[in-house]
Amino acid sequence: MSRHFMLRRQFLTGLGAAGSVMALPGSGRAVSTTVESLPPLEMELHITRRKVHVAGRRGEGYCVNGQMPGPVLRWQEGREVRIHVHNHMDEPTSLHWHGIRLPSDQDGVPGLSFAGIPAGGQFTYSFPVLQSGTYWYHSHMGHQESAGLYGALIIEPAGPSLLPEAGQDHTILLSDWSDVSAEQIVDNLKMQDDYYNFRQRSLASLPEESRRAGGLGAALKSRLQWSHMRMSATDISDVSGVLYTYLMNGEAPARGWSGLFRPGERVCLRVINAAAMTLFDVRVPGLEMQVVEADGNPVVPVPVDEFRIGPGETYVVMVTPQKAQPYTIFAQSEDRTGYARGTLMPRYGLLGDVPPMDPRPVRGMVDMGMAMSMKAGMRPMKGMVMPPVIKRAPADEIDDPGPPPLNVENQNVAASPVDRVSSPGDGLEDTGRRVLAYSDLVALRPPPDQRPPSREIILHLTGNMERYIWGFNGRKYSESGPIHLVRGERVRFTVINDTMMEHPLHLHGLWSELENGADDQHRPLKHTVISQPGSRMSVLVTADAPGVWAYHCHLMYHMQTGMFREVVIS
Amino acid sequence: MKTGDTLFPVLLVCLLAAPVQAMDGMDMARSTSDEGKTSHGMSGMTMLDMGDMVMSDSDMEGMDMPGMTRPHPAAPKVRPSGKPSSGTKKPRIVHKAVDAPAPVVDIGHHMHAMDMGRWFHGVLDEFEGRYQAGGKSSLRWDGEAWYGGDYNRLWLKSEGTMTKGRVHDGDQELLYSRAISTYFNFQGGVRLDLDSRRTRAWGAVGVEGLALYQFEVQATGYFSDRGVAARFEGSYDILLTNRLILQPQVELNLYSRADPRRQIGSGLADIDTGLRLRYEIWRKMAPYVAVTYDSPLTQGRHMVRKRGERASEARFTFGIRSWF
Repeated sequence: MSRHFMLRRQFLTGLGAAGSVMALPGSGRAVSTTVESLPPLEMELHITRRKVHVAGRRGEGYCVNGQMPGPVLRWQEGREVRIHVHNHMDEPTSLHWHGIRLPSDQDGVPGLSFAGIPAGGQFTYSFPVLQSGTYWYHSHMGHQESAGLYGALIIEPAGPSLLPEAGQDHTILLSDWSDVSAEQIVDNLKMQDDYYNFRQRSLASLPEESRRAGGLGAALKSRLQWSHMRMSATDISDVSGVLYTYLMNGEAPARGWSGLFRPGERVCLRVINAAAMTLFDVRVPGLEMQVVEADGNPVVPVPVDEFRIGPGETYVVMVTPQKAQPYTIFAQSEDRTGYARGTLMPRYGLLGDVPPMDPRPVRGMVDMGMAMSMKAGMRPMKGMVMPPVIKRAPADEIDDPGPPPLNVENQNVAASPVDRVSSPGDGLEDTGRRVLAYSDLVALRPPPDQRPPSREIILHLTGNMERYIWGFNGRKYSESGPIHLVRGERVRFTVINDTMMEHPLHLHGLWSELENGADDQHRPLKHTVISQPGSRMSVLVTADAPGVWAYHCHLMYHMQTGMFREVVIS
Repeated sequence: MKTGDTLFPVLLVCLLAAPVQAMDGMDMARSTSDEGKTSHGMSGMTMLDMGDMVMSDSDMEGMDMPGMTRPHPAAPKVRPSGKPSSGTKKPRIVHKAVDAPAPVVDIGHHMHAMDMGRWFHGVLDEFEGRYQAGGKSSLRWDGEAWYGGDYNRLWLKSEGTMTKGRVHDGDQELLYSRAISTYFNFQGGVRLDLDSRRTRAWGAVGVEGLALYQFEVQATGYFSDRGVAARFEGSYDILLTNRLILQPQVELNLYSRADPRRQIGSGLADIDTGLRLRYEIWRKMAPYVAVTYDSPLTQGRHMVRKRGERASEARFTFGIRSWF
């Protein structure tokens, strides 16, 4: 026990002895031999549920080793991990290692990987770590993830790091917190889909809209179009800052999280979005950020002022503050109803200014998948950045289910979905800032498999906001079957988003190689990919990991109301 | 449900004309979703989408691919496409939907009911006092509650008006509700006219949902040995701000035969309408002020006048809208 304790301390608090070995200069090979000779990394994680206070409100939260969010876990590439998870609650639980390539039965999805960790029970995860980078872990049981059961996971590379060296290394875990239970939130959304949207078009907002649209007539016309479709242009996030407190490393925005830097020294920020329902737009006013890693994989550094991060995604950015002043890390929710906040400071006790929030995005015809059918007289289109010509190697076979039916579970068909990988996303196009787009991501390492796909699978993302049902191809999970892939097969998933919302799609256990215009050698590998509303997007997947995997929208309540599929590889 | 858009200038004029439009819209919604209905019913678990099957047939014949077998709808397991792509070969197109209904893996029954939740909700749209200086005052309620999942629900409706200790217009319905299209539910069951007057029982069949331009509508037909009847209800939310909401609402009743013991005339029998201004303190609780108007029409109007009562009443009203 004491040995476990020591190891835990060692790896939870930062780099221990093994970490120091990693930092030594030397060939990657030599270091990896050292790692392999080390005993498996043992960790003890204790999961409990207790009353927590966030932003002055009491709620029920989940803790790992007494903390919410859970501790930052540090693993090493090439080394085996053994994680003993103890469930101290009267309900089952599970931990899922988000983005990690591992045997299917270690993936931690109750129902698919295993039967879960029963109340009062214990489970040992055991697998070799074959990758490095910034990831995270979270519960995949019920609504536990939306109530705090998550934490950061950082894996040191076996060889020399491909990231620039930094003087400080901070983990920035973003989340959304509410003292209302997830069950209650879904219940409310089922009854009234705009329950948490207090930014709808009203008589009071008409003058402002007229001004923006260039006339009362245009504003009224837009309203008529939307109400004709029985949809809402102001539908950005299903759950808003009316309810949520947005957290950075568990800290509410009143003071926020804080971390230190030395002026002139490079600071590494490992940003993880662990929110249940919130996409964040992150920036550090006054500092340029170099995006150096996306979803655990190093990319050619991209200088940006801001980036959007969907639930499940991770980005590593480097900043180099020169002045001895506080810098605010500002992460506003996509619907601009709130923000998470942190401060980089040269010494404790300083707080930076909080910038005003941007204007909230408004959905347009592009989001409805009607980019081509837009009539003259409408506003020049946001999101109409000319997409790069993306060369896609043709597959031998294309499985095209055709446009989804308009039925109880589907409200809209994107008549002309467009490529939006070069758009940073709704609300970020006209900010005057450089905002990361998926087309900016260029992998530093060539993807391991460069075969053209033998099969292309077209999937439609569908939903009915009014009834609050989500799914693929006009069907929710319980009305669908598993997606079967043959082991070793190379497949293209083409995702057409017929809904008017973003869906961060997470494929467990396999890499999604994003076809973003980069050539064969430079396509980025991701584990979670945002499908923008009204868009058509594709990823390449090599089915090299047998077993049963989950494929779902990482917006919790979309997943739980049907936007979930099984992928079976055999 | 609330609407995202305001049609303030045209709405009052349109309100009575809206039902016609609304029903047209509904029919359209229903017909466009016919395909969906057939394959997404409860028993649709073993079927491929009918529309897709049709497409798959015709396309594959047209393409005449040797060695390509048509996938059996009940066996959605996909075949590996085998050979690697060779240069500029045109891809084979199949229409089988890779995630077609089939048994799924579910260790320990965790996934079993993930998206099959059952919900219980009730809404009291009208719970109000109607006042008139020197005239009669009434208490009126109109609400509904339902229990069930995304498709099948048990639906309870209740309305009535109490004047001087006596209840009239008492209407209680117990319905089975089935989602049939994107925005509409079919409803069928029984209606009981249960109040201080003579009790009547009816069979009920109707639809309710969200019509084009986000009008909330209900249209129900009733039948019994006393003839047939129909009721239409509609309302529309005009957002003045995000919490201050003006809602015009109307209810019309039609009867094929007069029922003097319930003081109901034949034809267009009565109207009950109101313009309510509510403030949503929170979503589930909204006090309102309103002007309401109710009146018997055509034959019913004569019946009331013959008794020497005032036929129509426009009254100042206040109440609370709430739901759970």
